Amino acid sequence: MESFEPAWVALRLSLKVACWATLIALIFGAAFGYLLARKRFIGRELLDALLTLPMVMPPTVLGYYLLVIIGRNGIVGAWLQQHFGINLIFTWQAAVIAAAVVAFPLVLKGARAAFESIDMQLEQAARVLGLSAMAVFLRVTLPLAWRGVLGGALLAFARSMGEFGATLMVAGSIPGKTQTLSIAVYEAVQAGQDDHANLLVIITSLVCIAVLVAANKLTPNRNPLV
Amino acid sequence: MQISLDISKTLRSGELEFQLDARFASAAQRVVVYGPSGAGKSQMMKALAGLMTPDRGRIELTGRCLFDAATGVNVPARERNVAYLFQDYALFPHLNVRQNIGFGLQRGWRNPRAGVDGQSLNYWLHAFELEHVAHQFPHQLSGGQRQRVALARALAPQPSALLLDEPFAALDPGLRERMRVELDALQRRLEIPMLVITHDPEDVRVFGEHALYMEQGRIVEEKQT
Repeated sequence: MESFEPAWVALRLSLKVACWATLIALIFGAAFGYLLARKRFIGRELLDALLTLPMVMPPTVLGYYLLVIIGRNGIVGAWLQQHFGINLIFTWQAAVIAAAVVAFPLVLKGARAAFESIDMQLEQAARVLGLSAMAVFLRVTLPLAWRGVLGGALLAFARSMGEFGATLMVAGSIPGKTQTLSIAVYEAVQAGQDDHANLLVIITSLVCIAVLVAANKLTPNRNPLV
Repeated sequence: MQISLDISKTLRSGELEFQLDARFASAAQRVVVYGPSGAGKSQMMKALAGLMTPDRGRIELTGRCLFDAATGVNVPARERNVAYLFQDYALFPHLNVRQNIGFGLQRGWRNPRAGVDGQSLNYWLHAFELEHVAHQFPHQLSGGQRQRVALARALAPQPSALLLDEPFAALDPGLRERMRVELDALQRRLEIPMLVITHDPEDVRVFGEHALYMEQGRIVEEKQT
Protein backbone atom coordinates (compact mmCIF):
# COMPACT_ATOMS: atom_id res chain seq x y z
CA MET A 1 0.00 0.00 0.00
CA GLU A 2 3.02 2.22 0.29
CA SER A 3 2.93 3.25 -3.38
CA PHE A 4 -0.63 4.49 -2.94
CA GLU A 5 0.44 7.17 -0.50
CA PRO A 6 1.76 9.79 -3.00
CA ALA A 7 -1.25 9.24 -5.27
CA TRP A 8 -3.58 9.61 -2.33
CA VAL A 9 -1.88 12.88 -1.32
CA ALA A 10 -2.14 14.23 -4.88
CA LEU A 11 -5.78 13.19 -5.16
CA ARG A 12 -6.68 14.88 -1.89
CA LEU A 13 -4.92 18.04 -2.96
CA SER A 14 -6.64 17.97 -6.34
CA LEU A 15 -10.03 17.54 -4.70
CA LYS A 16 -9.33 20.35 -2.25
CA VAL A 17 -8.21 22.70 -5.02
CA ALA A 18 -11.11 21.72 -7.27
CA CYS A 19 -13.68 22.20 -4.49
CA TRP A 20 -12.48 25.68 -3.64
CA ALA A 21 -12.10 26.63 -7.29
CA THR A 22 -15.60 25.38 -8.07
CA LEU A 23 -17.07 27.30 -5.15
CA ILE A 24 -15.43 30.53 -6.33
CA ALA A 25 -16.38 29.87 -9.95
CA LEU A 26 -19.94 29.08 -8.85
CA ILE A 27 -20.41 32.33 -6.96
CA PHE A 28 -18.97 34.56 -9.68
CA GLY A 29 -20.32 32.48 -12.56
CA ALA A 30 -23.88 32.49 -11.23
CA ALA A 31 -23.76 36.22 -10.46
CA PHE A 32 -22.37 37.19 -13.87
CA GLY A 33 -24.61 34.65 -15.60
CA TYR A 34 -27.64 36.29 -14.00
CA LEU A 35 -26.35 39.74 -14.92
CA LEU A 36 -25.78 38.78 -18.55
CA ALA A 37 -29.13 37.01 -18.82
CA ARG A 38 -31.28 39.67 -17.22
CA LYS A 39 -29.73 43.12 -17.49
CA ARG A 40 -29.53 45.14 -20.68
CA PHE A 41 -26.41 47.30 -20.84
CA ILE A 42 -23.90 48.51 -23.37
CA GLY A 43 -21.04 46.08 -23.92
CA ARG A 44 -22.98 43.09 -22.62
CA GLU A 45 -21.81 40.72 -25.34
CA LEU A 46 -18.27 42.08 -25.10
CA LEU A 47 -18.28 41.35 -21.37
CA ASP A 48 -19.54 37.84 -22.10
CA ALA A 49 -16.70 37.34 -24.59
CA LEU A 50 -14.08 38.64 -22.13
CA LEU A 51 -15.38 36.42 -19.36
CA THR A 52 -15.39 33.39 -21.67
CA LEU A 53 -11.81 34.01 -22.75
CA PRO A 54 -10.22 31.74 -20.09
CA MET A 55 -12.02 28.80 -21.70
CA VAL A 56 -10.35 29.22 -25.08
CA MET A 57 -6.98 30.78 -24.26
CA PRO A 58 -3.91 28.56 -23.86
CA PRO A 59 -3.48 27.84 -20.13
CA THR A 60 0.11 29.08 -20.35
CA VAL A 61 -1.14 32.48 -21.48
CA LEU A 62 -3.56 32.52 -18.57
CA GLY A 63 -0.76 31.51 -16.23
CA TYR A 64 1.29 34.38 -17.51
CA TYR A 65 -1.58 36.82 -16.96
CA LEU A 66 -2.01 35.47 -13.44
CA LEU A 67 1.69 35.95 -12.70
CA VAL A 68 1.40 39.53 -13.89
CA ILE A 69 -1.52 40.05 -11.54
CA ILE A 70 -0.80 37.99 -8.41
CA GLY A 71 2.96 37.51 -8.80
CA ARG A 72 5.38 39.03 -6.28
CA ASN A 73 5.67 42.13 -8.42
CA GLY A 74 2.17 41.84 -9.81
CA ILE A 75 -0.50 44.47 -9.45
CA VAL A 76 -2.44 42.65 -6.75
CA GLY A 77 0.46 40.49 -5.59
CA ALA A 78 2.69 43.41 -4.60
CA TRP A 79 -0.16 45.02 -2.72
CA LEU A 80 -0.93 41.82 -0.80
CA GLN A 81 2.77 41.40 0.02
CA GLN A 82 3.10 44.96 1.23
CA HIS A 83 -0.05 45.17 3.36
CA PHE A 84 -0.59 41.64 4.59
CA GLY A 85 2.71 39.90 3.95
CA ILE A 86 0.88 37.38 1.80
CA ASN A 87 2.61 35.67 -1.06
CA LEU A 88 0.37 33.57 -3.27
CA ILE A 89 2.84 32.19 -5.77
CA PHE A 90 3.76 28.52 -5.25
CA THR A 91 0.95 27.96 -2.75
CA TRP A 92 -2.11 25.76 -3.10
CA GLN A 93 -4.21 28.93 -2.99
CA ALA A 94 -2.57 30.01 -6.24
CA ALA A 95 -3.62 26.67 -7.72
CA VAL A 96 -7.17 27.43 -6.59
CA ILE A 97 -7.10 30.81 -8.31
CA ALA A 98 -5.73 29.31 -11.53
CA ALA A 99 -8.34 26.54 -11.56
CA ALA A 100 -11.15 28.95 -10.68
CA VAL A 101 -10.28 31.28 -13.56
CA VAL A 102 -10.12 28.41 -16.05
CA ALA A 103 -13.35 26.82 -14.79
CA PHE A 104 -15.36 30.02 -14.32
CA PRO A 105 -16.64 30.29 -17.94
CA LEU A 106 -18.24 26.85 -17.67
CA VAL A 107 -20.42 28.00 -14.77
CA LEU A 108 -21.07 31.30 -16.51
CA LYS A 109 -22.33 29.64 -19.71
CA GLY A 110 -24.51 27.19 -17.83
CA ALA A 111 -25.93 29.84 -15.53
CA ARG A 112 -26.61 32.34 -18.29
CA ALA A 113 -28.46 29.74 -20.37
CA ALA A 114 -30.40 28.58 -17.32
CA PHE A 115 -31.51 32.08 -16.34
CA GLU A 116 -32.34 33.00 -19.94
CA SER A 117 -34.52 29.95 -20.34
CA ILE A 118 -36.86 31.11 -17.59
CA ASP A 119 -40.02 32.79 -18.81
CA MET A 120 -39.88 36.26 -17.29
CA GLN A 121 -43.66 36.24 -16.99
CA LEU A 122 -43.26 33.75 -14.17
CA GLU A 123 -41.24 36.29 -12.21
CA GLN A 124 -43.72 39.02 -13.07
CA ALA A 125 -46.58 36.81 -11.90
CA ALA A 126 -44.79 36.29 -8.59
CA ARG A 127 -44.30 40.04 -8.14
CA VAL A 128 -47.97 40.77 -8.78
CA LEU A 129 -48.82 38.09 -6.22
CA GLY A 130 -47.04 40.18 -3.61
CA LEU A 131 -43.49 38.85 -3.44
CA SER A 132 -40.38 40.91 -2.80
CA ALA A 133 -37.52 40.79 -5.29
CA MET A 134 -35.54 38.44 -3.04
CA ALA A 135 -38.53 36.14 -2.57
CA VAL A 136 -39.11 36.03 -6.34
CA PHE A 137 -35.50 34.99 -6.85
CA LEU A 138 -35.60 32.31 -4.15
CA ARG A 139 -39.06 30.95 -4.92
CA VAL A 140 -39.21 31.15 -8.71
CA THR A 141 -35.91 31.99 -10.42
CA LEU A 142 -33.58 29.75 -8.44
CA PRO A 143 -35.79 26.62 -8.35
CA LEU A 144 -36.11 26.84 -12.15
CA ALA A 145 -32.44 27.59 -12.82
CA TRP A 146 -30.51 25.55 -10.27
CA ARG A 147 -30.14 22.47 -12.44
CA GLY A 148 -28.43 24.43 -15.20
CA VAL A 149 -26.22 26.29 -12.73
CA LEU A 150 -25.25 23.12 -10.92
CA GLY A 151 -24.59 21.31 -14.20
CA GLY A 152 -22.17 24.09 -15.10
CA ALA A 153 -20.59 23.86 -11.65
CA LEU A 154 -19.96 20.13 -12.08
CA LEU A 155 -18.28 20.71 -15.43
CA ALA A 156 -16.24 23.40 -13.71
CA PHE A 157 -15.26 20.89 -11.05
CA ALA A 158 -14.13 18.39 -13.69
CA ARG A 159 -12.21 21.12 -15.49
CA SER A 160 -10.57 22.20 -12.21
CA MET A 161 -9.48 18.63 -11.53
CA GLY A 162 -7.76 18.52 -14.90
CA GLU A 163 -6.17 21.97 -14.77
CA PHE A 164 -2.46 21.78 -15.58
CA GLY A 165 -0.79 24.62 -17.45
CA ALA A 166 -1.83 27.70 -15.54
CA THR A 167 -1.49 25.83 -12.24
CA LEU A 168 2.05 24.77 -13.00
CA MET A 169 3.03 28.34 -13.80
CA VAL A 170 1.60 29.98 -10.68
CA ALA A 171 1.72 27.16 -8.13
CA GLY A 172 4.61 25.04 -9.36
CA SER A 173 4.95 21.34 -8.60
CA ILE A 174 5.75 20.89 -4.93
CA PRO A 175 4.84 17.34 -3.80
CA GLY A 176 2.24 17.38 -1.04
CA LYS A 177 1.80 21.13 -1.37
CA THR A 178 0.96 22.13 -4.91
CA GLN A 179 1.45 18.94 -6.88
CA THR A 180 -2.04 18.06 -8.03
CA LEU A 181 -2.98 14.81 -9.78
CA SER A 182 -2.53 16.15 -13.29
CA ILE A 183 0.88 17.60 -12.45
CA ALA A 184 1.87 14.44 -10.62
CA VAL A 185 1.11 12.45 -13.78
CA TYR A 186 3.46 14.67 -15.75
CA GLU A 187 6.20 14.36 -13.16
CA ALA A 188 5.79 10.58 -12.95
CA VAL A 189 6.06 10.18 -16.71
CA GLN A 190 9.07 12.49 -16.81
CA ALA A 191 10.74 10.42 -14.11
CA GLY A 192 9.93 7.14 -15.90
CA GLN A 193 7.72 5.87 -13.05
CA ASP A 194 5.20 4.22 -15.36
CA ASP A 195 3.42 2.23 -12.64
CA HIS A 196 2.83 5.35 -10.62
CA ALA A 197 1.67 7.24 -13.71
CA ASN A 198 -0.78 4.43 -14.56
CA LEU A 199 -2.30 4.59 -11.10
CA LEU A 200 -2.65 8.39 -11.22
CA VAL A 201 -4.21 8.28 -14.68
CA ILE A 202 -6.76 5.69 -13.65
CA ILE A 203 -7.73 7.67 -10.55
CA THR A 204 -8.07 10.88 -12.54
CA SER A 205 -10.16 9.21 -15.21
CA LEU A 206 -12.53 7.66 -12.69
CA VAL A 207 -13.10 10.94 -10.88
CA CYS A 208 -13.76 12.78 -14.16
CA ILE A 209 -16.17 10.11 -15.41
CA ALA A 210 -18.09 10.26 -12.12
CA VAL A 211 -18.38 14.03 -12.35
CA LEU A 212 -19.49 13.98 -15.99
CA VAL A 213 -22.15 11.37 -15.33
CA ALA A 214 -23.46 13.54 -12.51
CA ALA A 215 -23.37 16.64 -14.74
CA ASN A 216 -25.33 14.84 -17.46
CA LYS A 217 -27.98 13.80 -14.99
CA LEU A 218 -28.47 17.44 -14.09
CA THR A 219 -28.58 18.76 -17.64
CA PRO A 220 -31.91 20.57 -17.77
CA ASN A 221 -34.81 20.24 -20.17
CA ARG A 222 -34.61 16.60 -20.88
CA ASN A 223 -37.35 15.94 -18.41
CA PRO A 224 -37.39 19.20 -16.57
CA LEU A 225 -40.29 19.15 -14.19
CA VAL A 226 -41.12 15.68 -13.11
CA MET B 1 -64.06 49.96 -11.72
CA GLN B 2 -63.15 53.52 -10.98
CA ILE B 3 -60.08 53.62 -13.03
CA SER B 4 -58.37 56.58 -14.50
CA LEU B 5 -55.26 56.18 -16.53
CA ASP B 6 -53.21 58.63 -18.54
CA ILE B 7 -49.74 57.39 -19.44
CA SER B 8 -47.04 57.75 -22.06
CA LYS B 9 -44.17 55.44 -22.76
CA THR B 10 -41.69 55.15 -25.58
CA LEU B 11 -40.73 51.54 -26.11
CA ARG B 12 -37.64 50.67 -28.11
CA SER B 13 -36.63 47.34 -29.49
CA GLY B 14 -33.58 47.65 -31.68
CA GLU B 15 -34.51 49.94 -34.57
CA LEU B 16 -38.20 49.84 -33.81
CA GLU B 17 -39.88 52.44 -31.69
CA PHE B 18 -43.38 52.29 -30.31
CA GLN B 19 -45.21 55.15 -28.70
CA LEU B 20 -47.81 54.34 -26.09
CA ASP B 21 -50.17 57.21 -25.27
CA ALA B 22 -53.08 55.67 -23.46
CA ARG B 23 -55.74 57.70 -21.74
CA PHE B 24 -59.13 56.68 -20.43
CA ALA B 25 -61.32 56.77 -17.36
CA SER B 26 -64.14 54.48 -16.39
CA ALA B 27 -66.51 53.79 -13.55
CA ALA B 28 -67.85 50.57 -15.09
CA GLN B 29 -67.40 47.20 -13.35
CA ARG B 30 -66.39 45.53 -16.60
CA VAL B 31 -64.07 47.31 -18.94
CA VAL B 32 -62.81 45.80 -22.16
CA VAL B 33 -59.91 47.16 -24.14
CA TYR B 34 -60.19 45.87 -27.65
CA GLY B 35 -57.74 46.13 -30.52
CA PRO B 36 -55.38 44.33 -32.86
CA SER B 37 -52.28 42.68 -31.48
CA GLY B 38 -49.41 45.13 -31.24
CA ALA B 39 -51.73 47.98 -30.31
CA GLY B 40 -50.07 48.35 -26.91
CA LYS B 41 -52.82 46.74 -24.84
CA SER B 42 -50.53 44.42 -22.95
CA GLN B 43 -48.08 47.21 -22.21
CA MET B 44 -50.88 49.32 -20.80
CA MET B 45 -51.97 46.42 -18.62
CA LYS B 46 -48.38 45.90 -17.43
CA ALA B 47 -48.23 49.56 -16.45
CA LEU B 48 -51.42 49.10 -14.44
CA ALA B 49 -49.98 46.12 -12.58
CA GLY B 50 -46.67 47.86 -11.96
CA LEU B 51 -44.67 45.63 -14.29
CA MET B 52 -43.80 48.51 -16.59
CA THR B 53 -43.00 52.06 -15.55
CA PRO B 54 -44.43 54.75 -17.84
CA ASP B 55 -42.29 57.74 -18.80
CA ARG B 56 -44.96 60.11 -17.59
CA GLY B 57 -48.56 60.23 -16.48
CA ARG B 58 -50.82 59.01 -13.72
CA ILE B 59 -52.70 55.84 -12.83
CA GLU B 60 -55.53 55.62 -10.35
CA LEU B 61 -57.35 52.42 -9.53
CA THR B 62 -60.31 51.96 -7.18
CA GLY B 63 -59.63 55.31 -5.58
CA ARG B 64 -55.93 54.68 -5.00
CA CYS B 65 -53.11 56.45 -6.79
CA LEU B 66 -50.72 53.78 -8.06
CA PHE B 67 -48.49 55.90 -10.22
CA ASP B 68 -47.90 59.59 -10.61
CA ALA B 69 -44.79 60.70 -12.42
CA ALA B 70 -45.31 64.31 -11.34
CA THR B 71 -45.16 63.54 -7.61
CA GLY B 72 -42.88 60.50 -7.89
CA VAL B 73 -45.47 58.00 -6.72
CA ASN B 74 -44.86 54.49 -8.02
CA VAL B 75 -46.40 51.75 -5.92
CA PRO B 76 -44.39 48.54 -6.48
CA ALA B 77 -46.16 45.66 -8.24
CA ARG B 78 -46.26 43.58 -5.05
CA GLU B 79 -48.26 46.24 -3.21
CA ARG B 80 -50.79 47.05 -5.93
CA ASN B 81 -53.13 44.29 -4.86
CA VAL B 82 -54.37 43.44 -8.33
CA ALA B 83 -54.95 40.04 -9.87
CA TYR B 84 -53.25 39.55 -13.20
CA LEU B 85 -54.11 36.74 -15.55
CA PHE B 86 -51.39 36.27 -18.13
CA GLN B 87 -52.22 35.21 -21.66
CA ASP B 88 -50.56 31.82 -21.28
CA TYR B 89 -51.28 31.79 -17.53
CA ALA B 90 -47.66 31.77 -16.33
CA LEU B 91 -48.29 28.95 -13.86
CA PHE B 92 -45.21 28.02 -11.88
CA PRO B 93 -44.02 24.80 -13.55
CA HIS B 94 -42.13 23.59 -10.49
CA LEU B 95 -45.15 23.81 -8.18
CA ASN B 96 -48.31 21.69 -8.10
CA VAL B 97 -51.84 23.09 -8.26
CA ARG B 98 -52.10 23.53 -4.49
CA GLN B 99 -48.78 25.34 -4.32
CA ASN B 100 -49.65 27.53 -7.29
CA ILE B 101 -52.95 28.64 -5.78
CA GLY B 102 -51.37 29.08 -2.35
CA PHE B 103 -48.40 30.96 -3.77
CA GLY B 104 -49.67 34.46 -3.06
CA LEU B 105 -51.07 33.47 0.32
CA GLN B 106 -47.66 32.67 1.75
CA ARG B 107 -45.17 35.44 2.37
CA GLY B 108 -41.48 34.97 2.94
CA TRP B 109 -38.69 33.26 1.08
CA ARG B 110 -40.08 29.75 0.89
CA ASN B 111 -42.69 28.20 -1.34
CA PRO B 112 -45.73 26.48 0.13
CA ARG B 113 -45.23 22.77 0.81
CA ALA B 114 -46.66 20.25 -1.69
CA GLY B 115 -49.45 19.42 0.75
CA VAL B 116 -50.17 22.99 1.76
CA ASP B 117 -53.57 23.43 3.33
CA GLY B 118 -55.79 26.30 4.37
CA GLN B 119 -59.33 27.56 4.34
CA SER B 120 -58.88 30.01 1.51
CA LEU B 121 -56.91 27.50 -0.55
CA ASN B 122 -59.56 24.82 -0.15
CA TYR B 123 -62.29 27.29 -0.98
CA TRP B 124 -60.69 28.08 -4.35
CA LEU B 125 -59.89 24.45 -5.11
CA HIS B 126 -63.54 23.68 -4.54
CA ALA B 127 -64.89 26.74 -6.36
CA PHE B 128 -62.96 25.86 -9.52
CA GLU B 129 -63.47 22.08 -9.18
CA LEU B 130 -59.76 21.45 -8.95
CA GLU B 131 -59.70 19.11 -5.94
CA HIS B 132 -59.00 16.02 -8.04
CA VAL B 133 -55.98 17.61 -9.72
CA ALA B 134 -54.67 19.39 -6.61
CA HIS B 135 -51.44 17.41 -6.62
CA GLN B 136 -50.75 17.60 -10.33
CA PHE B 137 -48.31 19.91 -12.01
CA PRO B 138 -49.27 22.52 -14.61
CA HIS B 139 -48.02 20.51 -17.59
CA GLN B 140 -50.35 17.67 -16.61
CA LEU B 141 -53.46 19.86 -16.78
CA SER B 142 -55.86 20.58 -19.62
CA GLY B 143 -56.18 24.11 -21.02
CA GLY B 144 -59.35 24.84 -19.09
CA GLN B 145 -57.88 23.56 -15.83
CA ARG B 146 -54.81 25.69 -16.33
CA GLN B 147 -56.92 28.76 -16.70
CA ARG B 148 -58.91 27.89 -13.59
CA VAL B 149 -55.71 27.43 -11.60
CA ALA B 150 -54.39 30.76 -12.86
CA LEU B 151 -57.65 32.48 -11.90
CA ALA B 152 -57.71 30.84 -8.48
CA ARG B 153 -54.09 31.80 -7.89
CA ALA B 154 -54.79 35.40 -8.88
CA LEU B 155 -57.98 35.69 -6.81
CA ALA B 156 -56.82 33.91 -3.65
CA PRO B 157 -55.00 36.94 -2.14
CA GLN B 158 -58.28 38.93 -2.38
CA PRO B 159 -57.27 41.51 -4.97
CA SER B 160 -59.18 44.72 -5.49
CA ALA B 161 -59.29 44.37 -9.28
CA LEU B 162 -58.91 41.63 -11.88
CA LEU B 163 -56.77 42.25 -14.94
CA LEU B 164 -57.05 39.71 -17.74
CA ASP B 165 -54.71 39.64 -20.72
CA GLU B 166 -56.36 37.80 -23.65
CA PRO B 167 -57.92 35.32 -21.23
CA PHE B 168 -59.28 32.91 -23.86
CA ALA B 169 -56.73 33.19 -26.65
CA ALA B 170 -54.88 30.05 -25.57
CA LEU B 171 -58.03 27.89 -25.60
CA ASP B 172 -59.71 26.04 -28.46
CA PRO B 173 -63.08 27.42 -29.58
CA GLY B 174 -65.47 25.10 -27.68
CA LEU B 175 -63.59 25.52 -24.42
CA ARG B 176 -63.28 29.25 -25.03
CA GLU B 177 -67.06 29.55 -25.07
CA ARG B 178 -67.42 27.59 -21.83
CA MET B 179 -64.69 29.46 -19.96
CA ARG B 180 -66.19 32.75 -21.06
CA VAL B 181 -69.51 31.79 -19.48
CA GLU B 182 -67.65 30.66 -16.36
CA LEU B 183 -65.75 33.91 -16.03
CA ASP B 184 -68.92 35.89 -16.65
CA ALA B 185 -70.66 34.13 -13.77
CA LEU B 186 -67.60 34.36 -11.53
CA GLN B 187 -67.29 38.11 -11.97
CA ARG B 188 -70.98 38.63 -11.19
CA ARG B 189 -70.69 36.51 -8.07
CA LEU B 190 -67.52 38.16 -6.75
CA GLU B 191 -68.49 41.63 -7.91
CA ILE B 192 -64.84 42.30 -8.54
CA PRO B 193 -63.97 45.09 -10.98
CA MET B 194 -62.49 43.62 -14.12
CA LEU B 195 -60.43 44.85 -17.03
CA VAL B 196 -60.08 42.57 -20.04
CA ILE B 197 -57.82 43.16 -22.99
CA THR B 198 -58.64 41.19 -26.10
CA HIS B 199 -58.70 41.09 -29.86
CA ASP B 200 -61.82 38.91 -29.88
CA PRO B 201 -65.11 40.76 -30.59
CA GLU B 202 -67.00 38.12 -28.62
CA ASP B 203 -65.24 39.22 -25.42
CA VAL B 204 -66.39 42.75 -26.11
CA ARG B 205 -69.99 41.57 -26.48
CA VAL B 206 -69.96 39.61 -23.21
CA PHE B 207 -67.78 41.78 -20.98
CA GLY B 208 -67.87 45.18 -22.63
CA GLU B 209 -69.93 47.21 -20.20
CA HIS B 210 -67.44 49.87 -21.16
CA ALA B 211 -65.54 49.06 -24.35
CA LEU B 212 -62.49 50.93 -25.53
CA TYR B 213 -60.85 50.49 -28.88
CA MET B 214 -57.09 50.75 -28.96
CA GLU B 215 -54.90 51.22 -32.01
CA GLN B 216 -51.21 52.05 -32.35
CA GLY B 217 -50.80 52.89 -28.70
CA ARG B 218 -53.88 55.07 -28.35
CA ILE B 219 -57.47 54.67 -27.27
CA VAL B 220 -59.29 55.84 -30.38
CA GLU B 221 -62.90 54.99 -29.65
CA GLU B 222 -65.12 54.10 -26.72
CA LYS B 223 -68.61 52.81 -26.15
CA GLN B 224 -70.65 52.40 -22.97
CA THR B 225 -73.70 50.23 -22.56
